[in-house]
Amino acid sequence: MNGAADMGGMHGFGAIGIEANEPVFHAEWEKKAFALNMAIGVANIWNLDAFRFARESLPPSQYLNLSYYGLWVVTLENMMLDYGVATKGEIKAGHAQAPVKKSKRTIAAADVANMVLCGSPYNRPAPGPALFKVGDRVRARNIHPKTHTRLPRYVRGHAGEVTRIVGCHVFPDSNAVNKGEDPHWLYTVRFDGRELWGEGSDPTVRVSIEAWEPYLEPA
Amino acid sequence: MQLRVRALESILLEKEYIDPAALDELIETYEKKIGPRNGARVVAKAWADPDFRRWLFEDGTAAIESLGYGGRSGNHLVALENTTSIHNMVVCTLCSCYPWAVLGLPPLWYKSAPYRSRTVADPRGVLREFGIELPKDTEIRVWDSTAELRYLVVPMRPAGTDGWSEEKLAALVTRDSMIGTGLARQPQEFAR
Repeated sequence: MNGAADMGGMHGFGAIGIEANEPVFHAEWEKKAFALNMAIGVANIWNLDAFRFARESLPPSQYLNLSYYGLWVVTLENMMLDYGVATKGEIKAGHAQAPVKKSKRTIAAADVANMVLCGSPYNRPAPGPALFKVGDRVRARNIHPKTHTRLPRYVRGHAGEVTRIVGCHVFPDSNAVNKGEDPHWLYTVRFDGRELWGEGSDPTVRVSIEAWEPYLEPA
Repeated sequence: MQLRVRALESILLEKEYIDPAALDELIETYEKKIGPRNGARVVAKAWADPDFRRWLFEDGTAAIESLGYGGRSGNHLVALENTTSIHNMVVCTLCSCYPWAVLGLPPLWYKSAPYRSRTVADPRGVLREFGIELPKDTEIRVWDSTAELRYLVVPMRPAGTDGWSEEKLAALVTRDSMIGTGLARQPQEFAR
């Protein structure tokens, strides 16, 4: 979707605020916001792509005004409501309300330790051969899906070169809307800076993205 | 925000979705155990050991796993080599994808709108804000992490470090040098 999250190339955000000796978290609530999201992620009630979709679906004014972990908190709240983990009344009360619907399984410390250790690989067996090879010229399709996509706006319609076949990976566009993992070939595609930003731009810049096969057409 | 988080926490704990010990485990892990020292060890080994270096650029995931790092935000890793003619920089314009397994959680600026919006279009301008001025003809390769692949920049090894141990070399490797918004520290800085 063309939401506020897709900000590559936007102007007006100002200088980069670099904080010397930055702590990992800036407040106790940030620790909880991080840990709650990670732990509930292990429960597989929703997948990571669905979570990202929910986050970028916030109205731009809200998305841009929330702090980083603030964004996580608001999204978690929305997901808990959408997936029936909590009711509006419970969120308002700040507690589970009778009749308390307990989870069938509790995420324990060992579960999260295992998640940290193993992660969640996104590569899957290939359903068929890859359409493109390294060195091929390809164009990012000019598509504007209203649902989740990982094809940033700034490359759409532009031509680049395949520099790596990453493998066959879960397709976020499908996974985010609970249409299954729908694995597709994933490529690294490199664009010349001038192709993206015009003749007057820095000629020494190359920008690479990862692009699933459905994002690409031969150029 | 504090109250909102507390509400969500209470509900998830009361409904027994999460054991509170799981939350402590996560916070402890990312505050104390997983951080840029992991990546620094990888880079130092690549500087000191030509076989490891070759392996790292051929199969980053396997080479890094051999040092015990991987898993969450580290299942698919690619190492990028900075040279005298190529400088690599990593960004995630769409959210905040970052190689947690080797660098820990990202700093605020990495997740911020200014960095995400500007790095793909004006990397030199961004580098200047980090105090880095590269030669005019250096090729700048920006890597936008749009999938589950995660990038680790291997900065150039500073001169004057011949014969240094991996441990000593690792002290020269900063977090920013592994994102591409910094360079490795010089040995004279280290001596100070």
